[in-house]
Amino acid sequence: MSIFLAFGLAVLLAWPLGRYMAVVMQGRASRLDVVFGPVERLIYRALRVNPEQGMDWRAYALAFLGSNVALFVIACTVFLTQAWLPLNPDGIPNMSWHTALHTTMSFLTNTDQQHYSGQTQLSYFSQMTAIVTLQVLSPVMGLAALVAVLRGMLGGRNAATSREGEPRDLGNYWADMTRATLRVVLPMCLLLSLALTWQGVPATFSGAHQGTPLDASAGMAKQVIPVGPVSPMVAIKQLGTNGGGWYGPNSAVPLENPTPLSNFMEVVSIPLIPMACIFMAGAFVGRRRFTMLIFAVMGTLCVALTTLAVTSEQQPNAAARGLIADAPNMEGKEQRFGAVDSALWAAMTTQVNNGSVDAMHDSMNPGAGLSTMSAMLINMIWGGIGCGMLGFLIYMWITAFVCGLMTGRTPEVFGRKLETREIKLLSALLVLQPIALLGLTAFTLSVPSITGNSNPAFHGLSQVFYEYTSAYANNGSGFAGLASGTAWWDMSCFVVLALGRFPAVLIPLAVAGSLAAKRAAPAGNGTLRVETPTFGFAMLAVIVLFALLSFMPVLVLGPIGEWLSLSAHSIR
Amino acid sequence: MTSSIASPASPRGTLDRAALREALIGSVTKLSPRTAARNPVMFTVAVGTVVSAAFTLRAAFTGLPFGYALAVTLILLLTVLFANFAEAVAEARGRGQAQSLRSTRAELSARRVRADGGEEVVAATALRRGDRVRVYAGEAIPADGDVVEGVASINEAAVTGESAPVLREAGTDRSGVIGGTWVLSDVIVVEVATDPGDSFLDRMIALVEGASRQKTPNEMALTVLLAALTIVFLAVVATLPGQAAFVGAHADTVLLIALLVCLIPTTIGGLLPAIGIAGMNRALKANIIAKSGKAVEVAGDIDVLLLDKTGTITHGDRRATLFIPVGDVRDADLRDAALLASLADPTPEGKSIVQLARERGSVIEEKSGEFVPFTAQTRMSGVNLVGGRQLRKGASDTMRSWASDHAMAVPADLSTVVERIARAGGTPLVVADERRVLGVVALSDVVKHGVRERFAQLRAMGVRTVMITGDNPLTAAAIAAEAGVDDFMAEARPEDKLRRIRDEQTGGRMVAMVGDGTNDAPALAQADIGLAMNSGTQAAREAGNMVDLDSDPTKLLAVVEIGKQLLITRGALTTFSLANDVAKYFAIIPAIFAGSLPALGALNVMHLHSPVSAVLSALVFNALIIPALIPLALRGVRVRPMSAEALLRRNLLIYGAGGVLLPFVAIKAIDLLLSPFVGG
Repeated sequence: MSIFLAFGLAVLLAWPLGRYMAVVMQGRASRLDVVFGPVERLIYRALRVNPEQGMDWRAYALAFLGSNVALFVIACTVFLTQAWLPLNPDGIPNMSWHTALHTTMSFLTNTDQQHYSGQTQLSYFSQMTAIVTLQVLSPVMGLAALVAVLRGMLGGRNAATSREGEPRDLGNYWADMTRATLRVVLPMCLLLSLALTWQGVPATFSGAHQGTPLDASAGMAKQVIPVGPVSPMVAIKQLGTNGGGWYGPNSAVPLENPTPLSNFMEVVSIPLIPMACIFMAGAFVGRRRFTMLIFAVMGTLCVALTTLAVTSEQQPNAAARGLIADAPNMEGKEQRFGAVDSALWAAMTTQVNNGSVDAMHDSMNPGAGLSTMSAMLINMIWGGIGCGMLGFLIYMWITAFVCGLMTGRTPEVFGRKLETREIKLLSALLVLQPIALLGLTAFTLSVPSITGNSNPAFHGLSQVFYEYTSAYANNGSGFAGLASGTAWWDMSCFVVLALGRFPAVLIPLAVAGSLAAKRAAPAGNGTLRVETPTFGFAMLAVIVLFALLSFMPVLVLGPIGEWLSLSAHSIR
Repeated sequence: MTSSIASPASPRGTLDRAALREALIGSVTKLSPRTAARNPVMFTVAVGTVVSAAFTLRAAFTGLPFGYALAVTLILLLTVLFANFAEAVAEARGRGQAQSLRSTRAELSARRVRADGGEEVVAATALRRGDRVRVYAGEAIPADGDVVEGVASINEAAVTGESAPVLREAGTDRSGVIGGTWVLSDVIVVEVATDPGDSFLDRMIALVEGASRQKTPNEMALTVLLAALTIVFLAVVATLPGQAAFVGAHADTVLLIALLVCLIPTTIGGLLPAIGIAGMNRALKANIIAKSGKAVEVAGDIDVLLLDKTGTITHGDRRATLFIPVGDVRDADLRDAALLASLADPTPEGKSIVQLARERGSVIEEKSGEFVPFTAQTRMSGVNLVGGRQLRKGASDTMRSWASDHAMAVPADLSTVVERIARAGGTPLVVADERRVLGVVALSDVVKHGVRERFAQLRAMGVRTVMITGDNPLTAAAIAAEAGVDDFMAEARPEDKLRRIRDEQTGGRMVAMVGDGTNDAPALAQADIGLAMNSGTQAAREAGNMVDLDSDPTKLLAVVEIGKQLLITRGALTTFSLANDVAKYFAIIPAIFAGSLPALGALNVMHLHSPVSAVLSALVFNALIIPALIPLALRGVRVRPMSAEALLRRNLLIYGAGGVLLPFVAIKAIDLLLSPFVGG
């Protein structure tokens, strides 16, 4: 019940937040300029950039790439040298080279896939500087890219003064990053972090605590309880669709999520900014019905997949059948959350592209596995900050192309024609996902020595496929059950992480840049409008066809096969 | 879909025996790799066929059972042949249509005018651009060109099918002639406008023939998308054995090829070239010669249509519709005076006045007198009767000066009447004698029958119509209202047309323009679609990107429809093709793993007889759907004038929902037919 409340509250909060974000990202003057203006000017001076300088899509993409490379080098260096750096009270050693590479890429791409346990493998310094910086900046990068693409779809900021074919101004990357960080993400993190600390999440620089368990049968002489500045990291983890927690088991650990109220606040903050992006997009393009279309499409998929996950988890675990009569699947779940809330969290965290977990997805029934994998394959049901909306736009463009043909006109979106160049770019993205995911899954499965699966057959395939899918979707949640800290897993996921992030940002930018320079036709009776129920329905069909048709065989050999074989056994 | 797919091709579309044979041969010759590589989807099927054939042979030579693999190979081969056949049929039809036009001028001879003025007889094929030929009554015009001397009536039936002769005259906007048409009277000198092999018709023929056919922009974009889907499914199928091996299943290569071919969009891939060619054919059938396939496709995007009023919206000849006396003049007096003034007037206006007066009961006999014709100086016409009565009719301002010359008072109500007629779109013609002003004859430009409905249809499709006229704003507004155009330009000069087109284009709209005069040429060239009348000047025909052989300006509606139909047919079949994949998955996936993963049998929702029959049924459906849809591809999805939203809903329902459901039924049906012949 509380989850519906949380969801409703998130939508309610997202509305004003989205409008505020539109004001911020459009660079309109506001009363807050007095507070933020001087800080921003300081940052611009330090970066030596002119925030008024317009960038065409190439310049914007280059700035995006440049900042990524710089952050990558810095963060990776921190991880490789953390043993010698300050703020390391527990004496944590340097990270292995491949885990460092993987971790850097993982946080840089807003994925936060963790092949390590934070509390034992990262120093306070690493967590507080490298990890938190990336957790703040990587969602902002997605937001900046989305804003640039939206500008492009309307012809760029210089639309009124440019002629057909001239490069268009999609905004200034540095200004977008700075404004979004200072005016949106950081203030919200501060609020949530304070609230979580009040609820008991640790915020300290002291080292790990030690205790002696009361129950001697636990077989542990001493228990080490790692603490640290956890609450700021949890705040950005949830708000920034990051998902990488301080602790290995993530939000299932009481220290990250101590009370029902903290759980409620975290659940609200997971979809908050992705939803606000939807309202922002509507305000940006000046069409409220556009927001409604996005909500309708994403909402329908959300309800369908969430229902699947919850229904599935209310069934008993097949392994426990006969032991507990008709009990829901409690294997791998926190007693505090129960089956339904855990399933809801799993559905939400894979749809919103957050990736923080409060239950072991590996132990869920196959239906929930199918739901979470589908959510990540579609990767635009709310989605990551900015990137979810970019994913939506990609599907919208493809749908508009097919539907535009069916209305007898050269397909167009917001009056700008989709032609061979745009379709080529979008096709590259369409092709990339199955090649990367299926190729690596097949290869990894064929060489069992490197995979380290804990399960054979259908479930083992699900584990491997889930790992790559999560990496490609920049989700970061783990199915667990894999020996994932090995060089193979680190490096193959490193590649998939990059493939899932950079093309998904750069290609929409290129499409928007190319669309922007076209002459815009005013809408008439014969033009296809995207903000209609018919188009929304067509989009759902395209998403299901494109995202799921390509992965039907692998899903059949994974969760669906597992499901069918389990039900076949139970009949017997 | 039900009616459009199932019904046979229209009678005009049926192929004769020779064309059918040509198409059958074409479907085999198109197997050559160079032709096949033009179409990535079908090329993939062709490669799959070869691989499957290799596996069949290997099995045959090693003594393993190979019947199944052979059946798969043969069905795959059929799939490729069917796709080739679709393209070949479309080409054969187009060639047939074009050839019948071209044959009319084959082996013609021409009288070329030499520099010294004499004539020499040469073959029509030896004529070059700029040559002048003299054509006498009863002879065929040897090449496309312009009449530069003389006037003649010409029978264009051979090209346009219209038997009524048309008049072509040097130095007018109706000076264009087409090769292969016949001069019925008089002698004309024609300047040849094209080199052999470069006439519009030759270019049109090239457009329908595969080799030189260029893909249109939308076709190219769609090909890219289809190629991407093919690659996606290649990845799906190629990685399947590795994944299957992990769960302990073996996937047979031939079955994987079958799965691949079923998944990739073969239906649209196979029919795509045919759809494009058929679009050109439909244009040709409507007697429109397009200079590129792109032009036809762009027609579907038109937002604004500029039309000349005269000859397009109205008949162009003003007809008398009303007599309005002024002052204390009686009706009959005006009527009889107007009749007398017009009896000897040869113009259509004059004749229409006589006709109207007779209809209104005038019985006055012809009186002898001297006819005063209209001249540019006097700007009036009339008659000086024996007995001294002088009757005149003319424009209002001319007649006012006539009145003041003869020192007579102008009745007070004259200006009101004149203005009322003008506002209603008519032309007021004031009638007077030497003593008093009698009244006004209202001449109206009669709007063509059915034009209003056509504009309404265009509006429903989102096309705005703009009427261009040299009339004054009052007249223009009245005719615009009567014809139902959305906007009009009054007192327009040629440069105004060009500016209007540029303005609309700057606003992002696609503009079509219909024109025939030399002064229309810049506007025709500037417009996104320039439809030139074949009767127009050579300059106009060169400037436009389409020529209408019938010289019917409302034909643009047909062109818009053909353009839209092209895109809709492609989009609908793409949707259909993709939607089909759902059922094919349910047929093939359980079949592939039937042996090793029996649990997946639950996915066999169609309860197909056996794995073998399931795969074969899906493949047979996949192959047969191509020839089944050839008629639809050739004729195009029917386009009704409706909003984009309604059109999308309709097509999604038919081709999307239908595309999901139909294969479930069809595959099950094929399975029932096949099951007696395949083992369990």
